[in-house]
Amino acid sequence: MTLDLLPIGQPARIVAVDWAALDQDETLRLRALGLDAGAKISVAHRGVFAGSDPLAVTVGRMTVALRRVHARAMQVEQLQP
Amino acid sequence: MSRRRRAALVGNPNAGKSALFNALTGARQKIANYPGVTVERKAGRLILPSGEPVELTDLPGSYSLHPTSPDEEVTRKVILGEFPGEPEPEVLVVVLDASNLEQHLVFAQEIIALGRPTVVALNMIDLAERDGLKLDPLALESALGVAVVPTVAVRRRGLTELADAIATAEAYRGEPVHPLTGLTERRLTAHAIADSAIVSETRRHRLHSKLDRVLLHPWIGPLILFGMLFVVFQAVFAGAAPLADGLTSLASRISDLVRGNFPAGLARDLVTDGIIAGVGSVVTFLPQIVILFFFILVLEATGYMARAAFLMDRLMAGVGLSGRSFIPLLSSFGCAIPGIMATRSISDPKDRLTTILVAPLMTCSARLPVYAVLISAFIPNRLVAGGIGLQGLVLFVLYVTGIVAAMVVAMLLRRSLTKGAASGFIMELPKYQLPTVKDIALGLYQRAWIFLRRAGTIIFTVTVVLWLLLNFPRAAPGQDQVDASIAGHLANGLAVVVKPIGFNRDIALALIPAMAAREVAVSSLATTYAVSGGDKDTSGLIAQLRHRWSLPTALAFLAWFVFAPQCMSTIAVTRRETNGWKWPGFMLAYLFALAYIFAGITYWSAVALGL
Repeated sequence: MTLDLLPIGQPARIVAVDWAALDQDETLRLRALGLDAGAKISVAHRGVFAGSDPLAVTVGRMTVALRRVHARAMQVEQLQP
Repeated sequence: MSRRRRAALVGNPNAGKSALFNALTGARQKIANYPGVTVERKAGRLILPSGEPVELTDLPGSYSLHPTSPDEEVTRKVILGEFPGEPEPEVLVVVLDASNLEQHLVFAQEIIALGRPTVVALNMIDLAERDGLKLDPLALESALGVAVVPTVAVRRRGLTELADAIATAEAYRGEPVHPLTGLTERRLTAHAIADSAIVSETRRHRLHSKLDRVLLHPWIGPLILFGMLFVVFQAVFAGAAPLADGLTSLASRISDLVRGNFPAGLARDLVTDGIIAGVGSVVTFLPQIVILFFFILVLEATGYMARAAFLMDRLMAGVGLSGRSFIPLLSSFGCAIPGIMATRSISDPKDRLTTILVAPLMTCSARLPVYAVLISAFIPNRLVAGGIGLQGLVLFVLYVTGIVAAMVVAMLLRRSLTKGAASGFIMELPKYQLPTVKDIALGLYQRAWIFLRRAGTIIFTVTVVLWLLLNFPRAAPGQDQVDASIAGHLANGLAVVVKPIGFNRDIALALIPAMAAREVAVSSLATTYAVSGGDKDTSGLIAQLRHRWSLPTALAFLAWFVFAPQCMSTIAVTRRETNGWKWPGFMLAYLFALAYIFAGITYWSAVALGL
């Protein structure tokens, strides 16, 4: 499952990221914010009105906003809450 | 020791660095730009317990020494002593957010590994306690190998201890404590260190996730945002009006004072009509700018601005921008100058350039006097369907035209001149915080001063030049001064160019001084018609305009001002922010072209419709 499809509030772990799908600056930013393979995350908010872009993801004690294209590059596995 | 000591604050964005900087240096701050780049350099003086001063700089927030934005590039270069003309800081003060250690320790390790004198400020420790976190600074100290001082910048806690630590750290020069490791390893280490420093952790329901549930709600969130924007605009326009009127009357009173005390002559006219009138016209915008910035600073300090960017991102993505462009464009409704200055927070250079280029299309407050006079002269004050006033409707259409034009231009630019990878939107949503009065007041004072200094000097120069153009060469007896002047001759030439879009020579003449600032068009039309009519208040001007202009001409004039980049200060700020004349040149060219085309279309459509 990719991160963009993860249900809101469901804890998960990033298992792999397809960095090739993103440009280098985005890669650096996402990794600097801790969105990298191994990170435990959950989706806190998704979309405005009926859309599903952007997402707010909780990672550690931080909330990070990112777009669906970034989330789609991240493979996640669901964890027990 | 005569050598000036230097220290620098480094840390992730949202570590509370600026608040700590304000607390350590008070109002003794100097704000400038790093030479050659448009990154703000904040420096101040910290007094050590020994009484010795240290120059403290507040480096732009960074996530690592691998830069992903111009800001981070500056931080890296200054820390490594590679920034030309910027001496290497002797002591590095790493600022950590106590409630987000495992993230902030990643960058801290990179700094500590440099082996330079380093002190860690464990900042916002009170907020960490609010979140149910109990930390052990000594455990952190032994894990990191450098002094760790708990601080609460907003309550001035731990400041003396931090100054002490800075004073002692300088003596220390060691080998790198830890060898520099890769990002993944640093993250694992950060996690382990954070775990060892956390004494206890009670999961409390954190305030900010509760607030986010409402403020980022897909339907309620945007409603709250628009409600808030409505309040801000009300305050900016209604609240600033009496203050602006006060400043205007103050300027005319000073002018009268000069007239009463000095003999008539060219020098006196230069002071009253040139300097006082010109600089006065800029200063009258100060109340609006201060009110607008008050809201922007408060919303930023509370952490709401990042949420506004989140909510607006989808809309901005439609034209190839991101949520980060929202704040600068919002500010541009007040004035494009602070708007363009606010684009500094946009990390993608092409996004930033596009935002700068479309910012002048947002209807700024300087257009209102022009719109107000023309609308009251030519648009009948009657109700159209649904109880909506026709005059208000026209004003609304002018605003919307600007917004739509900005969106279309942004979209076209992102596909041509500023083409690049689809702009991303990746940003940290900081914790909510109560802003402190002192930080807001300091920020307001700094913004107001920057505005006055920049806009003031440029407007001052331009008004003097324009005054000279209008007053030289001197007219022969019986000849009109305006006709004889250089500006008069320029207007004759310009009149030929603007005739096809329905503009007469009087308009051509008004457009020349209005290059300084749009609202000058009103006063210069008043001056032109006062020569023959003798009336000076706007009711006289309105009567004159009705008498001399056709409706198509008036509508074309309104359309012109939606686009025309007639504001020297905006051009000057654009030059500064883009480091050259290329982009302000482009901005002038495309906006004048649009102004000409749309004024022409408006004029000929109105003529064809028989208006």
